[in-house]
Amino acid sequence: MLWIDLIVLTFVIFCAIAAITVKDLLATAILFGAYSFMMCLLWAVMGAVDVAFTEASVGAGVSTVFFVAAVFRTSRRTKD
Amino acid sequence: MKLLGFIVVSLAGALLLYGTQDFPAWGDPQSPASVHLSNDYIEKAVDQTQVPNLVTAVLADYRGFDTMFETAVIFCAGLACFLLLRDFSKKRERYYRHVSTGVILHVKNQEKKLTVGNEFEYMDKDWVPSDLIIKTICRILIPFIQIYALYVVAHGDFSPGGGFQGGVIFGASFILMAISYNLKTLVNRIKEKVFGIFAAVGVLIYVGIAALCMPMGGNFLDYSKLAPLIPGDPGHIRALGMLGVEIGVGIAVTAAMAIIYINIVSEGRHDEGL
Repeated sequence: MLWIDLIVLTFVIFCAIAAITVKDLLATAILFGAYSFMMCLLWAVMGAVDVAFTEASVGAGVSTVFFVAAVFRTSRRTKD
Repeated sequence: MKLLGFIVVSLAGALLLYGTQDFPAWGDPQSPASVHLSNDYIEKAVDQTQVPNLVTAVLADYRGFDTMFETAVIFCAGLACFLLLRDFSKKRERYYRHVSTGVILHVKNQEKKLTVGNEFEYMDKDWVPSDLIIKTICRILIPFIQIYALYVVAHGDFSPGGGFQGGVIFGASFILMAISYNLKTLVNRIKEKVFGIFAAVGVLIYVGIAALCMPMGGNFLDYSKLAPLIPGDPGHIRALGMLGVEIGVGIAVTAAMAIIYINIVSEGRHDEGL
């Protein structure tokens, strides 16, 4: 199972770095969703299915919608 | 400034990595976490509570006090979004669209309201034509999402899930309705007051069940003392208490998610949104 861990962890780090470097905040929101989904896979591999379920529904689902809603009401581009 | 930030973050990361050296090895049976309480929970939880899912048993029974305040935190999050963002000013202009011709009316007089139905429909500045495919698919999908959410709440004792996850999924079905139609459809169908009352009622169910144990002669959250109130197998009473508590959590979380979404997406005006 080690190779699954390695692949998913690589994706987690990739998503995290991409989320803070991308200028478009909508893309950041989606990347956060992807990050949460990868973390959900990691929890599931570790056997913490309850945490994985919470991460999938809250982290990847609802909080992405909240981020998109906030971006929709503010500005889509960062200054830095 | 960016370089300084990078140095600070790298230093903090290095310190955290250094700190992880003191962690016990992965799966170490002698680590402090698995010496004291964990064994007790794993050995006795099923006998004591009749709940096969240990996570639920720990969260809703052994650590019930913790979960109660977690629910209160969710309720406070919804309340804070409402208090910070809700805009009660009446001054607003409305846009209507005549369905058959596509003519758009801009009504500046605030007292004048058109009845919305087959002839006119609401629209706003960020209006996009509603897509028939998206509407139909979401209309088919929403009841299934809600049934699944109820299943997750009711089946939390036996499988992964519980009030929190089920409530979030139920709230997500409302959000999907607001996105696929428009925000007004949701706000007209379920009034904001109803969401507010439900958020409070959910917390109240939890606290009520917990407090009911005290006049029955037990401690706060001691579900086993509720046995005289509910007919049936008294050995199963703690599982039933947990189910009641989970339902309260589910109601509170559903309402809080909907309140947060509606207030964020419309800047508190409750008229136009995604």
